[in-house]
Amino acid sequence: MSTIEERVKKIIIEQLGVKEEEVKPEASFENDLGADSLDTVELVMALEEEFETEIPDEEAEKIKTVQAAIDYVTNHAND
Amino acid sequence: MTITMEGQVALVTGASRGIGKAIAEQLVAQGVKVIGTATSDSGAEDISAYLGEHGEGRRLDVTDAESIAETLKAIDENYGQLDILVNNAGITKDNLLMRLKDDDWDAVLDTNLKSVYRLSKAVLRGMMKRRFGRIINISSVVGTTGNPGQTNYCAAKAGLVGFSKALAQEVAGRGITVNCVAPGFIDTDMTKALTEDQKQAIFANIPAARLGQPEEIAATVVFLASAGAAYITGETIHVNGGLAMV
Repeated sequence: MSTIEERVKKIIIEQLGVKEEEVKPEASFENDLGADSLDTVELVMALEEEFETEIPDEEAEKIKTVQAAIDYVTNHAND
Repeated sequence: MTITMEGQVALVTGASRGIGKAIAEQLVAQGVKVIGTATSDSGAEDISAYLGEHGEGRRLDVTDAESIAETLKAIDENYGQLDILVNNAGITKDNLLMRLKDDDWDAVLDTNLKSVYRLSKAVLRGMMKRRFGRIINISSVVGTTGNPGQTNYCAAKAGLVGFSKALAQEVAGRGITVNCVAPGFIDTDMTKALTEDQKQAIFANIPAARLGQPEEIAATVVFLASAGAAYITGETIHVNGGLAMV
């Protein structure tokens, strides 16, 4: 079983079409990985599905970097 | 023009009669499975009766988010993904503004405009994931021209145009189009409520000198839903016999 970090990174790579080496912890989806606001909405949707959780809008808005996504899932995932 | 829409799934609100019924029937003729909604059980039964094996009628209150969630869940379970949403359900509660009640303003805005916000939001997730979707909102010529006694209705119908343009820009990159069809005076129960004098006054302004038929609106909706209309988005197509050319 992959770690949460690996699974989150895989989703980011797939959703944003970026290279693995670009997905650094501090990388911002919009500023560094070329995502627009709708891309980040889709990214959150993908995270919700992968980890079978629902991310409230006010939390989703705070998930702006790779590390923030990993942290959120680590703290809230059901598995 | 060949339109092949075999196997697609559409939700048409307000489908028990008039324009909604014509839209549902023409989508079925293109091979689309249609879920048509009505506010009453008897309306839903009527829809099931005319759709037969090509879909079903369901009771839906478009002003109730829970009712919407239930309907979409049932569609997902029984039909799979939703390709086409036609927001057609609408009501009128006409009065001069000086006499208009808050309740009549709220009811018309809720049923005709906020419902479209609710339903569009609810179906977008699936459409975004599949990179395909068609949202078609039934506006009205009076949303553009205005009509005395219909401040509430005109505001809601004009609101749909702005809503559609904004949402169209948000989701165009995901293969989803959002458009309006704006009927003029169409031969439905809604226009049957007009007096003979009102009708004559209206006909004097319609170059085609007749009411439109629901099928003529439905044909435009089917076109916007088709693959051939993939590059049309944020647009309002007026179907009004020349009454207003915008």
